[in-house]
Amino acid sequence: MSKSVTDVICPFCGTLCDDLEVIVSDDGKKIEDIYNACAIGAEKFMHAQAPDRIKRPRMQQPDGSYKEVSYDEAVEYTARMLYNAKKPLMYGWSSTSCEAQSVGHEIAEKVGAIVDNTATVCHGTTLIAVQDVGIPSCTLGEIKNRADRIIFWGCNPCHAHPRHQSRYSVFPRGFFTNKGHMNRKVIVVDPRVTDTAKLADYHYQIEQGRDFELLSAFRVALRNEPLPETVAGIPREKIIEGAEVMKSGRFGIIFFGMGVTQSLSKNHNIDNAIMLTKDLNEFTKFSIMAMRGHYNVTGSGQVLGWQFGYPFSVDLSRGFARYNPGETSSNDLLRRGEVDAVFVLGSDPGAHFPISSVRKIAQLPSVCVDPHITPTSEISKLHVPVAFVGVEVGGNCYRMDNVPIEARKVVDPPEGVLTDVEFLTRVNARLDQLMGGK
Amino acid sequence: MTEYIIRNGFVFDPTQGIKGDKADIAVKDGKIVKSTEVSSKAKTVDASGKTVMAGAVEIHAHIAGPKVNEGRNYRPEDKLFTYKPKSASSRMAGGFSIPTTFKTGYEYARMGYTTAMEAAMPPLYARHVHEEIKDTPIIDEGAYPVFGNNWFVLEYLKNREIENTCAYISWLLEASKGYAVKVVNPGGTEAWGWGLNCLTIDDPVPYFDITPREIVTGLIEANETLGLPHSVHIHQNSLGNPGNYTVTLDTLKLAEGFRAKNKFGREQVLHSTHLQFHSYGGDSWANFESKSKEVMDYVNKQKNITIDTGCVTLDETTTMTADGPFEHHLTELNHLKWANVDVELETAAGIVPYIYSPDIKVCEIQWAIGLELALMAKDPMRCFITTDHPNAGPFTRYPRIIKWLMSAEARKKQIESFKHGAKMVEATHIAGIDRELSLYDIAQMTRAGPAKALGLSHQYGGLAPGMDADIVVYDFNPEKPHKPEDIEKAFSAAAYVMKTGVPVVINGEIVSNGNKRTLWVKAKVNENPQVMRDIRDKFLKYYSVTQANYDVSSHFVPNPHVIEVDATH
Repeated sequence: MSKSVTDVICPFCGTLCDDLEVIVSDDGKKIEDIYNACAIGAEKFMHAQAPDRIKRPRMQQPDGSYKEVSYDEAVEYTARMLYNAKKPLMYGWSSTSCEAQSVGHEIAEKVGAIVDNTATVCHGTTLIAVQDVGIPSCTLGEIKNRADRIIFWGCNPCHAHPRHQSRYSVFPRGFFTNKGHMNRKVIVVDPRVTDTAKLADYHYQIEQGRDFELLSAFRVALRNEPLPETVAGIPREKIIEGAEVMKSGRFGIIFFGMGVTQSLSKNHNIDNAIMLTKDLNEFTKFSIMAMRGHYNVTGSGQVLGWQFGYPFSVDLSRGFARYNPGETSSNDLLRRGEVDAVFVLGSDPGAHFPISSVRKIAQLPSVCVDPHITPTSEISKLHVPVAFVGVEVGGNCYRMDNVPIEARKVVDPPEGVLTDVEFLTRVNARLDQLMGGK
Repeated sequence: MTEYIIRNGFVFDPTQGIKGDKADIAVKDGKIVKSTEVSSKAKTVDASGKTVMAGAVEIHAHIAGPKVNEGRNYRPEDKLFTYKPKSASSRMAGGFSIPTTFKTGYEYARMGYTTAMEAAMPPLYARHVHEEIKDTPIIDEGAYPVFGNNWFVLEYLKNREIENTCAYISWLLEASKGYAVKVVNPGGTEAWGWGLNCLTIDDPVPYFDITPREIVTGLIEANETLGLPHSVHIHQNSLGNPGNYTVTLDTLKLAEGFRAKNKFGREQVLHSTHLQFHSYGGDSWANFESKSKEVMDYVNKQKNITIDTGCVTLDETTTMTADGPFEHHLTELNHLKWANVDVELETAAGIVPYIYSPDIKVCEIQWAIGLELALMAKDPMRCFITTDHPNAGPFTRYPRIIKWLMSAEARKKQIESFKHGAKMVEATHIAGIDRELSLYDIAQMTRAGPAKALGLSHQYGGLAPGMDADIVVYDFNPEKPHKPEDIEKAFSAAAYVMKTGVPVVINGEIVSNGNKRTLWVKAKVNENPQVMRDIRDKFLKYYSVTQANYDVSSHFVPNPHVIEVDATH
């Protein structure tokens, strides 16, 4: 007889669906099926069962091959690396629990590390914009219950956040939106004809990199001021029509993604998008929300916030917390050669950082803590496999709207495999011993 | 078995009526005992020539949770020049108006505060609040979930269903591990869901068609039916607007006719918070004036209400409240960055930085009003000192407020330094008040009073045998002449602080992270299948999380102190 575990949290994207049902074998060891999850989420659970999964730490040898080592040796290498380093980078933290982040921060404080999360190459620009102009936002349930104007700007939830539209933003029937998508008008701003754009009522096929202009044009249109004939490739009439659609709603929301945060103008795009939202609040109710990627990148920003006061790129190397993206952000540090060791947990910079940064990681003493084999694990001196958070161990996570949800454990990790928290706690204890002599 | 004896201090303890007599305070196993009950091995703390009080109790501060953290993250400038590196017994800590959790715990402890209440917890974010509370060292903490705009409450109270309201309150307190019934801008915050507000107690809430008046009276009735340790804790409608004192009086009058029913010794049925923001006259910023006298005249004669002041400290700070429409109003006034979060079915919150400048007449008047409330209070057991941290100023300014309250000279000096001193004096009463509060008054306003209002007078706020050993020694000799500055200095960094029997501060420095607890209230009610069905229904249809993922598990509350109430009958 198989057992069913309900209300399971999906540890994949920032949508953080919490309604999965996982069918587990009678002995509680094997996952047999997953209901309600999207294709990516289901794969995340199934991947934990992969027969070729790495179950013990591996140390890279001079010839590039790997040698299996014990967790004791892995703890020793990691602790000594961090202890000996003058300015280590501790990067990642977006695919793990807040509990693990918290232990990681304690370590970073001890060794004087830089703590940075994946926002640094993702929504870090959003966080900077929020520091400039604030952010009027809401929870995803508010959108489900009230919103009748939905704008997706530079994001493609059909593929990146597959259940977002059905759970919160386009299709669900809520308290004041009992006709579901019939109650809503959807605007998509994207240079590509994405699957999200295909289901929109209005698709603004903007010229690439001209988001700032179009955002400004909407703000001009709201004020009834004159506009040129076209802005960013969009005719004036369309812009005025779009502004009218936004104004005439009862409750609107702008969702935005990497199309605006990491294209030309970066944080200035978001400044302008937030100010557009603020302007719209003169006419009706409007909110704006970042489509956060990793399932707990939001949590990393939260824990860093309450412990140190900054959401990413936190430099603890001087004995107190500093924050100056551009100086204390991972890629800038790596490319300038300012860090002398790299510790990665819960992220894959090998796949997502520029090659100039990745090359630096490969040259430095480095540890990658990750259940999977990834491009990062392949260039790190030490790869430490751990249990999957949200599958084999629980822990707190924050959804893209900052709502905290406690992930569940569904099955046991393979015998002897440590969790993030266990591994970090052992490194922390070993560091205490090493520092006792200092 | 650890024993201590704190010798020869000038003791101020309102619970026993001790007004500065020299006495010894003995401690055994975390509790205060009679001096005869400790052995000769008890460690001695010499307090001669110093002031001894119970640990202070914070009744209203925003120190943990989503809006506080948004404030931290969106104001990197707030950290400038504030950071303190880690030490053997403390983590690195920084921030001014919204300090990190570590700094929050350390700074409260250094001032002699051993208990603090987070004033507004959005239930959907309760887990976040408790994660931060867990990371705030030393001080005992509880959090008030907000009820005043909650859809369940609006629907039940519209139909006058008090029993169902009680069952829902009981369920939510347990699910969120909350301490009391908090009401913020009743009805107005729900109206904010559509960009609207309720500015008087008779403005109907859109769709729900209920008035703030009905919400407040309904919740008072439910609170007293349950017999919770704290009363309804209310932030009234029309906060911060000129002329709002009439709305304030209307709201306070709602308490008439109710009597406190509880086993905790609490006497009030309504706690009106940060009253400074609600005691304004005039009809514009031009003729803005103090109405503290009108408000306090009512408060003084109405025995079943308590208040806290919300004193303005004249700093650059970060305002944050579940009063969403107010923060939008504020950003339109000062054009500083605005953050807002609307929370499904429950509440909202907004954040805007604010500079209370001693060069701006309105800020000067606000400063005066906050102090006037405390100086006009006839019963210090019903008026507590707060800054509504961080709204009127950071909690770290309490020592300065105590200085202003204890010294007419300090107030005079401050008034003289104002740019619009003469105009301010015209619009307020402060210049005509020569009352100087005593240390005994301060002990009532910061210890015994708030502890009693919270229903915790059996363990906090006093030094009688049997109470928790939360004890503070200030380097202040009340029998010697002193300057106003000496008061601020002594209260800023206590000479010695003990938290449930563990020394945590010595000579103003943190020596231990103590044994922090989280307080929450478990109210038992009769089984109520209708409410359980309504809850299930709302989660299925309208919440964005499932009901099974809503409860805060014990994992987030590692050291709970649960106060049980039996309301079954």
